[in-house]
Amino acid sequence: MSFLKRFKPDFWDTNPEAGPHKSLFNYRRTWRQAIALLTVVALVPLLIMTFLDYNVTRRSLESENILRLTRVTSNTRRSVAYFLDERKSALQFIVQRETVKNLHDTTRLGNILRGLKNSFGGFVDIGLIEGSGRQVAYVGPYELQGRDYGDQHWFSRTLEKGSYISNVFRGYRDEPHLIVAVRCPGNGPDGPFVLRATLDTARFNSLLASLDLDPGDDVFITSHSGTIQTPTRWHGTVLSDLGLPVPEYSAKTTVLEAGEKDGTDVLVGYAFITDTPFVLMIVKVTAEVMQPWETIRMELLWLLLVSIVVILLVIVGVATRMVSKIFIADQTRAKTLHHMEHTNRMASIGRLAAGVAHEINNPLAIINEKAGLIKDIFTFGKEYDKDDRLVRNVDSILKSVNRCGTITKRLLSFARHIDVAMEQIEFKELASEVIGFLNKEAEYRSISIIMDIPDDLPEFTSDRGKLQQIFLNLINNAFQAMNDGGALTITALRSGPNELQFSVGDDGCGIPEEDCKRIFEPFFSTKKKRGGTGLGLSITYGLVQELGGDMAVASEVGKGTVFTITLPVTPTINKAEQA
Amino acid sequence: MTILLVDDEQELVSAMAERLDMRGIHAEFACCGTDAIRMAQKKCYDVAVLDMKMPRMSGLELRRELSALCPDMRFIFLSGHGSEEDFKAGSAEAASYLIKPVDIEDLMETIRTVMEQ
Repeated sequence: MSFLKRFKPDFWDTNPEAGPHKSLFNYRRTWRQAIALLTVVALVPLLIMTFLDYNVTRRSLESENILRLTRVTSNTRRSVAYFLDERKSALQFIVQRETVKNLHDTTRLGNILRGLKNSFGGFVDIGLIEGSGRQVAYVGPYELQGRDYGDQHWFSRTLEKGSYISNVFRGYRDEPHLIVAVRCPGNGPDGPFVLRATLDTARFNSLLASLDLDPGDDVFITSHSGTIQTPTRWHGTVLSDLGLPVPEYSAKTTVLEAGEKDGTDVLVGYAFITDTPFVLMIVKVTAEVMQPWETIRMELLWLLLVSIVVILLVIVGVATRMVSKIFIADQTRAKTLHHMEHTNRMASIGRLAAGVAHEINNPLAIINEKAGLIKDIFTFGKEYDKDDRLVRNVDSILKSVNRCGTITKRLLSFARHIDVAMEQIEFKELASEVIGFLNKEAEYRSISIIMDIPDDLPEFTSDRGKLQQIFLNLINNAFQAMNDGGALTITALRSGPNELQFSVGDDGCGIPEEDCKRIFEPFFSTKKKRGGTGLGLSITYGLVQELGGDMAVASEVGKGTVFTITLPVTPTINKAEQA
Repeated sequence: MTILLVDDEQELVSAMAERLDMRGIHAEFACCGTDAIRMAQKKCYDVAVLDMKMPRMSGLELRRELSALCPDMRFIFLSGHGSEEDFKAGSAEAASYLIKPVDIEDLMETIRTVMEQ
């Protein structure tokens, strides 16, 4: 808590509703409003910019991923299409070049197969099929000579279209394979011959295996109906059904977002391979392709978080400083106002005192003269010299008049010195004047006043009016702190060549150490509930400073308080201040 | 030595004049500036003790009128008011400045001092 107290601004504990000089602002509310406003102004654009940047970057990365996947899918499709086209073209070349008779010759056909394996690779066997569908010549590792393919779909399609590339199927050899077949020119007895070759699926598959894939990715070929044609990593075995949807035919490569059976979001690149039953599919797990985005997002979030913290710190700092400045200005305004009010009040008191003194002095002078005349008549005449009671009574009247005169003269002196500038002061006389105002209260409350002022204390140059105010304030405060029967001590001594020290001490309740530190601050008061403004000692302190002096307090709770004032014998204060 | 006492409080100046007379100083009094001027026109007094605040004509104005009539006349101001302006004006324009109520002995002492100046 004490750590937090160090950062607590001065305005924090002020009560705007309290005291006779209310503040212009509710500082805490102003502080909160300033922070809220600055936060909105600073953070809203930042959050909007971050949100926009977040989305733009995400969309950009998504587009880039789609573009990259489209490109890879297209390139792979070209490779696969080229592989198949190349082999189909080779067979077309053979049927153009070789006669059916030559192709009937298995030796010749074996040479052709060897040539194809050496030149292109990927061929497993080759056979010639007559128009009825019976294989009349065959070279290869299987026993397929004489097999009838007349009812096979691929055979009829080849006769119809001139060439054909099949799905991967099991066929008579009962293992997955695909064939390329071309129709021979010219007709035999049962129609055109067909040259058919089987392709090595391992070569076919290796085309796809060479792609650089992430751990969660997959690439394979499927048929238009969704039967897997090549081995896959995660999507099933060859000739099993694919779990993903196959879109409608399109000559263009497309990328779609899809979901796996286990709920994983994936990006799927589709490319239909022209003139084949194949669809190339590259599957990428969305989370993996968006991994760089996750990193960027975290960096962005951290940056945003740090920025927000820094901005909030700056805002709190700026708002606190700004409100503190307003607070100080407001305090100064209130202090100045009070000072002016105090000065005006003192001037009014002075005018009132002078008026009262004048009104009283005139009748008092008449009483004085009349009583004096009576006494003169008694004294100068011989009729009443035997009875001294008359003279004693007149003397009593004159003494009372004199007492009243002293009071009115003191009032006049107080009034006269309110605006008076520097003059030579004898402290004993000044202290007696001030005490004179409070003598009656001291008498009623049985407060003894002890004055310890050395006779050789030098006269000093100061402002009598201000000094009167200073000592009146201090003695008044002391009276308020003391119980009836207490003792007030006023001392003076020369503490330096050009320095006098005065003290006003009481044996009252004392001031706690915490309060002592703030006792001269404006508006600090322990008597606010009893109507104290908290400005008396602040103004006293200001007056002492105006006179070029210093003021200190020493106090012990329960024992009493001593205010010590140090003043120069000859002040060196600014002449302008005297004016 | 003749003294002119001027104050709007007749009770005051009459008693004061009588007491001065008893002490061998001949004093006459007036209750306003007009009377005082009329009296000064007849004869010049050695010292005039003037109240500063009087109706119609203040002590300061009266002092100027009387000075014009009797250049050698000396003045003592008497005031029940202790304002700064009175104090300054009284101190500047008169030989002495006293605040009411004044002890008769002090007044006589002041008159003597003023006469000796």
